[in-house]
Amino acid sequence: MKVLVTVKEVAEVEDDFEIADLDVDPRYLEYDLNEWDEYAVESAVQLAEAADEEVEVVSVTIGPERSEETIRMALAKGVDRAVRVWDDDIEAAEFLDVASKVRLLEAVVAEEDPDIVLSGVQAHDTGFGATGVALADAIGFEWGAVVNALDIEGVLNDGVARVHRELEGGIEELTEIDLPAVLTIQTGINEPRYASLRGIRQAQSKEIAPKTLSDLGLDFSAVESELFLTDMYEPETESDATYFEGDAGEQAAALASALREKGVGAE
Amino acid sequence: MSDVLIVAEHRRGEIRDVSYELVTAGRELADATGGDLHLAVVSGDVDEFATRLNLDGVDAIHTVDYGEEFNHDVYAQATCALVDDIDPQFVLMPNSVNGLDYAPAVANRLDLPLVSDAVGMTFDGGLTVTREMYGSKVETTIEVDAERATVTIRGGEWKATDADGDADIAAFDFAPDESAINSTVTGFEEVAGGDVDIADADVLVSVGRGIEDEENIELVEELADALGATLSSSRPIVDNGWLPKNRQVGQSGKVVTPKVYIAVGISGAVQHVAGMKGSETIVAINTDPNAPIFDIADYGVVGDLFEVVPELIDEFQ
Repeated sequence: MKVLVTVKEVAEVEDDFEIADLDVDPRYLEYDLNEWDEYAVESAVQLAEAADEEVEVVSVTIGPERSEETIRMALAKGVDRAVRVWDDDIEAAEFLDVASKVRLLEAVVAEEDPDIVLSGVQAHDTGFGATGVALADAIGFEWGAVVNALDIEGVLNDGVARVHRELEGGIEELTEIDLPAVLTIQTGINEPRYASLRGIRQAQSKEIAPKTLSDLGLDFSAVESELFLTDMYEPETESDATYFEGDAGEQAAALASALREKGVGAE
Repeated sequence: MSDVLIVAEHRRGEIRDVSYELVTAGRELADATGGDLHLAVVSGDVDEFATRLNLDGVDAIHTVDYGEEFNHDVYAQATCALVDDIDPQFVLMPNSVNGLDYAPAVANRLDLPLVSDAVGMTFDGGLTVTREMYGSKVETTIEVDAERATVTIRGGEWKATDADGDADIAAFDFAPDESAINSTVTGFEEVAGGDVDIADADVLVSVGRGIEDEENIELVEELADALGATLSSSRPIVDNGWLPKNRQVGQSGKVVTPKVYIAVGISGAVQHVAGMKGSETIVAINTDPNAPIFDIADYGVVGDLFEVVPELIDEFQ
């Protein structure tokens, strides 16, 4: 059995930042493993650990060489090997929309032939929340979006993913999904492990296979998007809050009197 | 070809709010393209839903009477079949958990671009969508260089349409390929039960990521005690297992409307704000002056919670 897990390196923006051209100035960006993907990686590794048979966990990343640091984190947590898709044409692409990513991932799926694909619900940076489901449809897999509970035994023994999908308003939908399937994994589904020292050491010798468009039998048209990002700006703040100034003591005193006016702490 | 198709959302017999907002967004877009607004109701009591969604600005309602609850395979197939029939320029779906369970498949199947989580839309010969990035830190403009497209819209961004309309309601002739329905909804579960109902509290002290460590939760517990308040939290606290799920405020947790809501170390992601923006008075304590929580706060303290909260506890002891 093979599990393919998508791993994205995402940029997080510092509190204070500037925008340069059409993106946040890289000086204010920090790169990290996408939070949702951390949970997807953990689910994938748990599947492998629970299985009697050999289960291989392969990660796939669309990202530049810099992202290998992030990929190593996934390898240190138990992913067996990694595929990293990138080349000059992808680098030059103006905007990798959902359809572009699906064309790349679809080619990787064709090479790897996984039984189940796990992805995060969304990426922290672009936040489309759509690649997993679109990929499933493209590769003819069944799917489930926003999965926050997964019965591992069902996946291993029955060919069925019994999942909870986290709907709005504290309601979960119980769904049975025939495999092969793509599941998009929600935060909180498990407790992502910390990489052990041994894991970190082992990760150094695990394979990260670089793939170009032509390696995947594609050309630049695969990353030609019909979406163009034409502007980026800080949203106007509409705050009409009353701010309490001063040191912490002064702020707390002023806030306390405002709260008392609202009847807080009256009893 | 200039028409707009919107797909309504319902769950367990109730029409979801975003359906009424889709009518508004869809009508605005159809006015700009010069087309008709079509509304699709798929599964459940479609006749009842169609009557209730017969709203001002809707030109035609298509009912797909198949199944009871949402099933993504049925929704994807039905939406694609309707697109074949109606030939709309744009398809608008909700950016909800269920919307994101079929909209990407619709886009892929029809080979149309998808722009998800739209917070604004304009059409002037081409479609331009406003959406956020980097966890709401920036807004972006996305231009769609295609004649047709699919869009999912964020809930709460468009006003709901309430006024009655006079659309034609017709049953859409649709029989799904049942061999391609490979997922089954077997039930629902309410997850927010337990010892305390944060929705009943008059005063909530709510803790977020800024608390940094599990052992610091004690500090906000102390504050809640001093204020006679109930403790709640944002999502990351529950994801980390520091507080139980029944304490979670937000889209996937509880919607609360207390008299006073005190957000401690909560940045105010849109999913959180959806669960507490109806509070009478909102207080925010956060180190980041640009945190979106301040946009909806009545009182703001820009400062380190580890300095402010102990002082505040002292004030009430």
